[in-house]
Amino acid sequence: MSISQRPGLTVTALDRLLGFAMAATVIAVGLGFCWILGAIVAQGLGQISLAFLLAEPSNAGREGGIAPMLVSTLLILGVCLAIALPLGLGTALLLAEFTITDQRLGRLVRRSLDFLAGVPSIVFGLFGNAFFSQVLGLGFSILSGGLTLACMVLPLLIRTTEEGLRAVPPSYRQGAAALGLSQTTTLFKIILPAAVPGLIAGLVLGMGRALAETAALIFTSGYVDRFPRSLMDSGRALSIHIFDLSMNIPGGDARAAASALVLLTLLLLLNLLAGALAQRWANSS
Amino acid sequence: MTTMMSAATTCTQPLLEAKHLQLSYGQQVAFHDVSLPIASGEIMAIVGPSGCGKSSFLSCLNRMSDLVPHCHVQGEIHFNGTNILSPRTDTLLLRRRIGMIFQKPNPFPLSVWENLALPLREHGLVKSQTSRRAFRQAIHQAIEAVLRDVGLWEEVKNRLHSSALALSGGQQQRLCIARALILQPEVLLLDEPCSALDPLASAVVEELMLRLRPRYTQVVITHNLAQAKRIADRIAVFWVQQHKGQLIEVGSTQQIFNAPTHELTAAYVSGGKG
Amino acid sequence: MQTFEMSQLSSLRRAHRRDRILRHSLRLLGSITGLLVLLITLFVLQEAWPALQNLGFIRFWTDGSWHPLEGSFGLMPMVLGSGLIALGATAIATPLGLLSALFCQCYGPPLLVVPYRRLLELLAGIPSVVYGFWGLVVLVPQINRLHPPGQSLLAGTLILSLMILPTVALLAIASLAQIPSSYWQGAAALSLSRWTTLTRIILPSARSGLFTAVVLATGRALGETMAVLMVCGNVVQVPSSVFDPVRSLTANIALEMAYATGDHRAVLFVSGLVLLAIVAGLVVMAEGISNQGMSSESVIVHER
Repeated sequence: MSISQRPGLTVTALDRLLGFAMAATVIAVGLGFCWILGAIVAQGLGQISLAFLLAEPSNAGREGGIAPMLVSTLLILGVCLAIALPLGLGTALLLAEFTITDQRLGRLVRRSLDFLAGVPSIVFGLFGNAFFSQVLGLGFSILSGGLTLACMVLPLLIRTTEEGLRAVPPSYRQGAAALGLSQTTTLFKIILPAAVPGLIAGLVLGMGRALAETAALIFTSGYVDRFPRSLMDSGRALSIHIFDLSMNIPGGDARAAASALVLLTLLLLLNLLAGALAQRWANSS
Repeated sequence: MTTMMSAATTCTQPLLEAKHLQLSYGQQVAFHDVSLPIASGEIMAIVGPSGCGKSSFLSCLNRMSDLVPHCHVQGEIHFNGTNILSPRTDTLLLRRRIGMIFQKPNPFPLSVWENLALPLREHGLVKSQTSRRAFRQAIHQAIEAVLRDVGLWEEVKNRLHSSALALSGGQQQRLCIARALILQPEVLLLDEPCSALDPLASAVVEELMLRLRPRYTQVVITHNLAQAKRIADRIAVFWVQQHKGQLIEVGSTQQIFNAPTHELTAAYVSGGKG
Repeated sequence: MQTFEMSQLSSLRRAHRRDRILRHSLRLLGSITGLLVLLITLFVLQEAWPALQNLGFIRFWTDGSWHPLEGSFGLMPMVLGSGLIALGATAIATPLGLLSALFCQCYGPPLLVVPYRRLLELLAGIPSVVYGFWGLVVLVPQINRLHPPGQSLLAGTLILSLMILPTVALLAIASLAQIPSSYWQGAAALSLSRWTTLTRIILPSARSGLFTAVVLATGRALGETMAVLMVCGNVVQVPSSVFDPVRSLTANIALEMAYATGDHRAVLFVSGLVLLAIVAGLVVMAEGISNQGMSSESVIVHER
């Protein structure tokens, strides 16, 4: 990038460099993605069978399947959503629809959400361990892990839900107000149905985040790789299974890759399902 | 028509009356010191250049201004003798009695039927019946009556249960008027109801307003002076002076167009003629 | 007529009652969400308190080493480890992320931009444990061949940069999208070169959004646990080269929480507190940057 006597030439060279750098970046990122995915598929695909999905693990996970982890993961996700959904939807409604009457509360909540969104997942794990596991006496349990995850996904859930609500044209709110409709009717009969695609997007992002999480679960839902008998039982999430197999079990790599592939497939299916649901909703209304 | 007009202008007790009304957004004063009595049954047109506070004024009359952040209203508005700016006013009831139509038609993303049945049920305007069937029948009658009123019945009677958003712009606006009428309001506020419509649809809505005249008091904002001349009994002219909106003249349509007292009015209506 | 009036009145009363219930429940839910931050901070603080009281805050920085069982609690190497990994990752991800954003928002052919954006979103959605696993079985052996042991600062930096790249890119895309198209048209009308348009017009006006993107991505890198835990080797030391293993604050918590008791456990909560403080600092910084951006934009509006 030497300074040429003719600036025009330098600028053309810089333009060309810029184009080259962009192309290189795009190719590199694309290749990186393929490399990651390729490696996991190559190592894991051979391991996957119906038995793998339906059997309990044996020999510390080197053999057998992942059925208990799938069940635990779904249970943890269920607990997480059961708490995070009402809390998230309520907060998003407050932030998006009560901007005038509850301005100050809204500002406070928004500020704390900004902070919450940046809190590292391991710190959520610390908090969950101290609060849910010890103070509330839930121990290492699915309940404790799900509650911790609920705290973690809240900011994301609220932000996307709020965006979905804000995407509803303000003319609907005006029209409803001018008819003297109560806020309850306006929200439940008009705004929320119109916001459904945004709500689905938020739900899917939140679920994806919860499914992917590991660090927050290590000290809350625990490691036990049996089928959980109740929500108070410890249960090993799929992500923790991947971690344990690859870090602590020599010879567990192949099964770890297979579990990772299952997790990625779950996430992908979730995304596709959400896309299809949003599409269908858009068509029907 | 002339007897109508004189009846309206000579009416001693106005139905709706703004007294020294001022509205500001934060520090910015939108309009100030507006006093305007509106008589029962008349069509009052509000005209004036953009940004003179016409829409803000209209939004005070049914307290829609409450929904705007940092919006502050001073003064009094009397409706049937009570000050509706009092914090004790029930805005839900007020907005049922004073309906509003917006510039852009805004039917809800529901079926034609639901658009009308929702406000009807919400306000309990249909007598509770002995059976669900009879209740539904009563709602149907109310819907049919109001759709006939706005001349939409023949056009939509076969698609009552399909989306209101599929209707044309003019049909949507008439549906919105029907939606306001189904609550049996005393006053209709119309904020440039024709400006988003094509001339044909606009003419239909205009005709509808004339048809509704003796039954409903109407306050209509319009940019179209010819339209104001065609439909209004009286006209209020707003203007911007010293960055604030003001009411500079009120009078019968005839007087405003033929013998305006304010020079700005004179310039405005003559410009409008050209 | 009498019953008619009655039904209207009761509907009105019902509407007001429902609205009141709705408003109060939403306020309650919102308050719970708002209080969550307080709850988390307080609990981490409470658990960290014994250590702060018994050992004092200074000890964590002056103790020469980390031997918690022998009562030596130097956090410094781990703070340094976290910082180096995060800085390295940000240094790599920032230019790549910006170039990706420029490609998506400004120069790329639409046929490629749509799948590339989708790719970035997919990358953002890959669980960190999967990144860590890939790093462990693919990247670490490659680095090992170059320079043993493989599990190293370099491995952590590379993995993390790949992980935060989508964050930088997607946030940068959002901030570039805010630039009014008139700026582009004006530049095109003057037939300015790409380089001049970018460096003189586009990047300066998107500056605050781009800074925010980088700051938030740095926060994400600092807080990341699993991938770092899996590829960095976790030796508590000040690294002398990029091939040395390091341990981050987050990895330290994950590794030792399982058996930590007493002061040791409390010290782990202290490191959690340190992380919280860093995040709070970054959030305030991001907010400051975007507010500054807001005020400079409003100046532009006034000038027009």
